[in-house]
Amino acid sequence: MNSRLIKLVIQIFLLSIVAMQARAELVIEITQGKQSAIPMAVVPFKWKGLKALPENVAQIVANDLGRSGYFNSLPKTEMLSLPNTEEEVFYRDWELLKQDYLVVGEIKQDSRGGYIINFKLIDVNTRTALMNQKLTGGASSLRDIAHFMSDRIFAALTGLPGAFSTKLVYVTTNRERTKFNLSYADADGAREQNIFSSKQPIISPSWSADGKKIAYASFENGRSEIFIQEIASGKREKIASFKGSNSAPAFSPDGKKMAMVLSRNGNPDVYVMDLATRQLDRITKHYGIDTEPQWMPDGQSLIFTSSRIGKPQIYQVSITEKKPKRITFEGDYNARARITPDGRKMVMVHRNNGRFHIAAQNMKTGVLQILTSETHLDESPSVAPNGSMVVYAASVGDRSILAAVSLDGEVKFRLPSKYGDVREPAWSPLLK
Amino acid sequence: MQKRALVKTLGLTFGAVLMTACASNSDVAEGDELKPLDAAQETAAEVETKGVEAQAVAGEQVDAAANEAQAALMDVTVFYFDFDNTTIKADSKNSLIAHSQYLAANSSARVVLEGHADERGTVEYNLALGERRAISVSRFLQANGAAASQIETVSFGEERPALMGHNDDSWSQNRRVEIKYQSR
Repeated sequence: MNSRLIKLVIQIFLLSIVAMQARAELVIEITQGKQSAIPMAVVPFKWKGLKALPENVAQIVANDLGRSGYFNSLPKTEMLSLPNTEEEVFYRDWELLKQDYLVVGEIKQDSRGGYIINFKLIDVNTRTALMNQKLTGGASSLRDIAHFMSDRIFAALTGLPGAFSTKLVYVTTNRERTKFNLSYADADGAREQNIFSSKQPIISPSWSADGKKIAYASFENGRSEIFIQEIASGKREKIASFKGSNSAPAFSPDGKKMAMVLSRNGNPDVYVMDLATRQLDRITKHYGIDTEPQWMPDGQSLIFTSSRIGKPQIYQVSITEKKPKRITFEGDYNARARITPDGRKMVMVHRNNGRFHIAAQNMKTGVLQILTSETHLDESPSVAPNGSMVVYAASVGDRSILAAVSLDGEVKFRLPSKYGDVREPAWSPLLK
Repeated sequence: MQKRALVKTLGLTFGAVLMTACASNSDVAEGDELKPLDAAQETAAEVETKGVEAQAVAGEQVDAAANEAQAALMDVTVFYFDFDNTTIKADSKNSLIAHSQYLAANSSARVVLEGHADERGTVEYNLALGERRAISVSRFLQANGAAASQIETVSFGEERPALMGHNDDSWSQNRRVEIKYQSR
């Protein structure tokens, strides 16, 4: 009797913790999985400690892998057995459940209060362990360890670097648009922190290649000006406040330059600033709108949006030759292009039948594929540093939320916030 | 003397209305905003004289009416635009001309033109669109007598909607330029 009561109390306590956390954070909802996703099971890890663990490591790993679209994580309720070591695995169970891979493990506490995690990645078909690792860390880093595990497992099975240990920055606002926060969170929306707040709009956050700084445009002084903020220290520096608008900052791949849009000469044009000398180099000179510059991976050219033919299309321009070349031809609204790390695909906002969606264009063949359909007013696409997913802002119901779609359009998930509108996501580079 | 100045203002307004009505389709089309400026100024000068002559015989009633008309036109401070378009609409012009006249007659008056866009399309493109709308209005005011030094432009893009709805009604109210007087 007593022990049952205690269990119940603990359960309620745990539930309330979960509820408390959820209130402050984005919550992932997977809306579409991949047809060809590999079935795998991350079995809950053994833990013999007296207190409940602050994080459910196996669940975080299962969620990470499931969200990637490459894997289908088997829900715990469907598991026939719950092994924690390779010896405990009864392969017939997993064959019956048609699982290709299995992750088992246990968590122990070390003498100083930290955690030791031993885990194995097992191939069900060959009945062999593909990975056997021991990870250690303090209580506050359990979530980091879980994402690190996901990265290792993902890399071992797909050959691609995992992007689960990465971060997102985005802007949250209240409905009345009287308060704006620049927020920083894990790629799954957990551990959100505000790194800058203002009563005036904040737009276009953009990461430095080393993941240590964020540039953005803030209206705190009555018009858009560009700031660079160090994430760790919170130190801010205003780097562009010329007459007119200063916006759309984009760090060059080597971190030495910044592409930006200035209207100091009366019309929005693309410039490149040398960050050390603050020298400006004007890249475009046209009476149309030129905006949203993004560096190609080699740092030699930019892609940008221009209305020079009347409607927005994407152009590419070498920063030395400065002769823009149009690269989108399908539809009458293509804007805010972002390039995948391998330079093969470009994602952008594309209007089709009056609706704004995220589309990907093959840079070699020019073939365009619309990736999103269920969300409305899609904007601000940002590509994951391993090129697997695109996070973007969209309108669902009366709210602005973050959503993500894989580059092949097969996997979709959403990160709706518990409050207000969420906009302008920027996915970090791979972090060391 | 005062009467004469007023009549002149009225005539100028009428003249400019005539001029802009003729030029409404061509003057601020995207892509050739620079061209119509000179042409517009010439026409304004030309029509101005005619307007004054035509109204020169009108009496005090006309003055009062002109005052009221001017005030009513000045009450309009928000000007709307079509989607992805920076062309000033024909029905905005009378009020914009009234503001131009006011600025021309009051050299210490200062305005900020706030350009806005609806939420459709991308954030930065909309910021640029808002700016170009504000610049369109600025050029129009200058073509009709305001001085460049009296006008400042700023764009808020899609960040400060007038209405929060996600529909045509809200969007049409959000694509706008607001004239805000900093000093009268």
